[in-house]
Amino acid sequence: MKDMTETLLRVDDLRTHFHTFAGTVKAVDGVSFSLAKGEIMGLVGESGGGKSVVGFSILGLIDSPGRIESGQILFDGEDLAKASEDRMHKIRGKEIAMIFQDPMTSLNPLHPIGRQMDEMLRLHTDLDARGRRARCIRMLEDVGISQAEDRLDSYPHQFSGGMRQRVVIAIAMLAEPRLIVADEPTTALDVTIQAQILKLIRRQVREHGASMILVTHDLAVVAEMADHITVLYCGKVVERGPTRQVIDDPRHPYTAGLIASIPDPSDRKHRLDQIPGAVPDIRKLPRGCNFRDRCPRAQALCAEREPDLETQEPGRSAACHFPVEGGGT
Amino acid sequence: MMTAFFASEFFANWRRNGSAIAGSVILVIFAVIVVFGPWLVWQDPYDVAGLDLMDSYKPPAWLPGGDPRFPLGTDGQGRDVLAAIIYGTRISVLIGVSAMICSLVIGTFVGLVAGYFRGRLDGLIMRIADIQLSFPSMLIALFLMSAFGTGIDKVLIALTAVGWVVYARTVRGQTLSESGREYVQAARVAGLRNAKIIRRHILPNVTTPLIVVATVQVGTFILIEASLSFLGVGVPITQPSLGLLIKNGFDVLFSGLWWVSVFPGLFIMALVFGINLFGDFLRDELNPRLK
Amino acid sequence: MLGYTIKRLIQMVVVLWAVSVIVFLMMSFTGDPVFMVVPIDATDAEIAQARRILGLDRSLPEQYFIFVQNMLQGDFGRSYVFREPALDLILERLPATLEIVLVAMAMSAIVAIPLGVYAGANPGRFSSRTIMSGSLLGISLPSFWVGMMLIFLFAVKWRIFPSSGRGDTVEILGTRWSIFTADGWTHVILPSLTLSLATMAIILRITRAGMMEVMRQDYMKFARAKGVSRRNVLYRHGLRNALIPVVTIFGLQLGDLIAFATITETIFAWPGLGKLLIDSIYRADRPVIVVYLMLVALIFVVINFLVDIVYTLIDPRITVK
Repeated sequence: MKDMTETLLRVDDLRTHFHTFAGTVKAVDGVSFSLAKGEIMGLVGESGGGKSVVGFSILGLIDSPGRIESGQILFDGEDLAKASEDRMHKIRGKEIAMIFQDPMTSLNPLHPIGRQMDEMLRLHTDLDARGRRARCIRMLEDVGISQAEDRLDSYPHQFSGGMRQRVVIAIAMLAEPRLIVADEPTTALDVTIQAQILKLIRRQVREHGASMILVTHDLAVVAEMADHITVLYCGKVVERGPTRQVIDDPRHPYTAGLIASIPDPSDRKHRLDQIPGAVPDIRKLPRGCNFRDRCPRAQALCAEREPDLETQEPGRSAACHFPVEGGGT
Repeated sequence: MMTAFFASEFFANWRRNGSAIAGSVILVIFAVIVVFGPWLVWQDPYDVAGLDLMDSYKPPAWLPGGDPRFPLGTDGQGRDVLAAIIYGTRISVLIGVSAMICSLVIGTFVGLVAGYFRGRLDGLIMRIADIQLSFPSMLIALFLMSAFGTGIDKVLIALTAVGWVVYARTVRGQTLSESGREYVQAARVAGLRNAKIIRRHILPNVTTPLIVVATVQVGTFILIEASLSFLGVGVPITQPSLGLLIKNGFDVLFSGLWWVSVFPGLFIMALVFGINLFGDFLRDELNPRLK
Repeated sequence: MLGYTIKRLIQMVVVLWAVSVIVFLMMSFTGDPVFMVVPIDATDAEIAQARRILGLDRSLPEQYFIFVQNMLQGDFGRSYVFREPALDLILERLPATLEIVLVAMAMSAIVAIPLGVYAGANPGRFSSRTIMSGSLLGISLPSFWVGMMLIFLFAVKWRIFPSSGRGDTVEILGTRWSIFTADGWTHVILPSLTLSLATMAIILRITRAGMMEVMRQDYMKFARAKGVSRRNVLYRHGLRNALIPVVTIFGLQLGDLIAFATITETIFAWPGLGKLLIDSIYRADRPVIVVYLMLVALIFVVINFLVDIVYTLIDPRITVK
């Protein structure tokens, strides 16, 4: 079914490396995936797994000492990895918008939110001042901020965290972008409002017919939101496939481990499983499979050769020599 | 001890940092001038018997009319400018370093007392510090000197009166946070004498930030002293610092006799620049918060 | 706001009072001004009489009381040298000093802020490091020597600018100003440049440090993610956030500039407050020194107050309390 729809974004063998004094960090090392129009994809992994870097690479916001080393980022057929900075100014915000992790820090504390919204419209639309203002008010109402007109002159510190994230979402949606990159949009928020914000994001994305890459460490969030899942480990894709299938039947032991660590409200007695160990130092990765030291299924071969991402069944692939077979949970 | 230093991160960063090396080289050169100064020159610039008015206002050696005996020329009394600079550097550095040490000792003591015992004394000291800090050091030193009259000892007092505040403030802040820590509370409960607690537990923990302040302050003091001497309220004419040498060259500058004032100025600049380069490096190394 | 202003006014009065005590004590313990007013061959009786006229025969607290009482009535005493009210002398010289101080301030800001933003936004570049080394050199220079070198090069050697004096002035609102005449400007440039170098270096360093801090903030990246160009991100979103420490330094530097104007004015024979002060110190002209100190203290407390008000204009999170 997915193949019949139109592809919006294709990331091909993307490598983004950071050249620090202590050595090169291969934060993203050969990542490929594609995203259809209207699709929501979850990009999952532990912190330090390179998932945020994928998002910033797409927007061309990798700062020194980081650099996109190779690979293609085809957005509607145009390779963003090679696009000029001027071209990117037109794409950022207008075509691809981003929602940041921490709403407490992503808004400029010295400008009223109306001005921060207006900036987006001034850059990317031909609307006059009155039109822009009307649009901002409507957008604020859309994201559930009451008395929107009065609040345009408020400063970020006059809003709560959840409200600020609503403003950030409003800004992201203002120019009707075709792709949203949401980087851990609820991690910094109170648990009680996380669900509201997620619902809001999904509704906005669907209503505007946009696509979204949802970057998160939280598989439970992805299970609720995403059509497809891509799992990253140490800068590489280890598994991808349709959400339901991956959650119900993970093939890579790492995915299986992540799923086992989700608290299940219906099963209170069961102790949560945790993946043993921690993400290895990404500057000195071992030979062979990066996950083998933490993997219950590791064998001699895993230390020899790094597994390739192989198709397991149509639409699904995993990078493991000894994938988990059927009904793994 | 030595090998441990060469293996340290501090040394590794020093080697990678061009301006830190440049600063260190300048400081070593000036250390040599200060320590061996009198043996580096053939003329004692303040032994009037050794001066010859026939030698007055000779330009630097490489210019027409220059004399190889006077590499940087002579002043109106036939005094070798280089020799005067070397003697002047010693006086400037002596004042800068001694005033820094006095400020450091007094300021640290005041800060420790204020921060450890708190109360009214603390309030009073800090109020004085606040008022003093809102006035430029230069102005305060100028007034003190106008009251005291010239003299190296008086310059030292004026600079110390200006300089103690930074240490007192830094040390007080550190002491406040340190004395709240559990190990200090424990030492108090254990009945240790206050002096011992301060010496053993608090002092070692408050010293690191002072190193940077002290380094840079030597440069500031040298500049303030030079300004005071230039205005005629600093060192006496019999013990001229670099600043006074510049002042002496000011009057003849309009006649084109530039070397009398240009070279002492270059020496002050190099000296303070060296101190600041090294101080900058220390700040980065010792205060990682600012990195 | 009203409550805040009143509170600040009280604070200002307390500071001024403290300064008056310190000034009075310092003056009382230094030298005997009576010898400034009597002829060299004065008899003991004449000296005693002069002392009585000056009020120097009374006890210290009494003298202080009279000192404050007179001051509150606007009577700061007469200059021993000029035989004129000290306050008039000071006020007459004030515009000349304000002129070079304000021009120096403007020069520093115009040069230092863009360079500081650049160096803070591109910390690794060779050009940024050169700027930083240059600014370090700027704070390592003795300002009086810089002034002398400028005179030597521009006035003695090349004869582009004059070396001393105020040049032509025009009278505006009862005071004389050089910055409104072309000839005046040629006189203002060198002293102001001399005065501005150190301030320039310091403002540059503070701007850079603030900018480096701001560059790390999420809202800078978020602004770029909106499609704002790098330049506009720096100046519209970055600079204002980096400006708060710069404003503090501006306030402090204004004080330093007034202090260092004493030296600059001496070098350039600029007839301002600083030169008057130095001359008064040489001649132990106590009333003039006292008025100078009180005026400078007043200027400082007012600047501090203004700096706090400017904070609230820059940063909506800061409210006056």
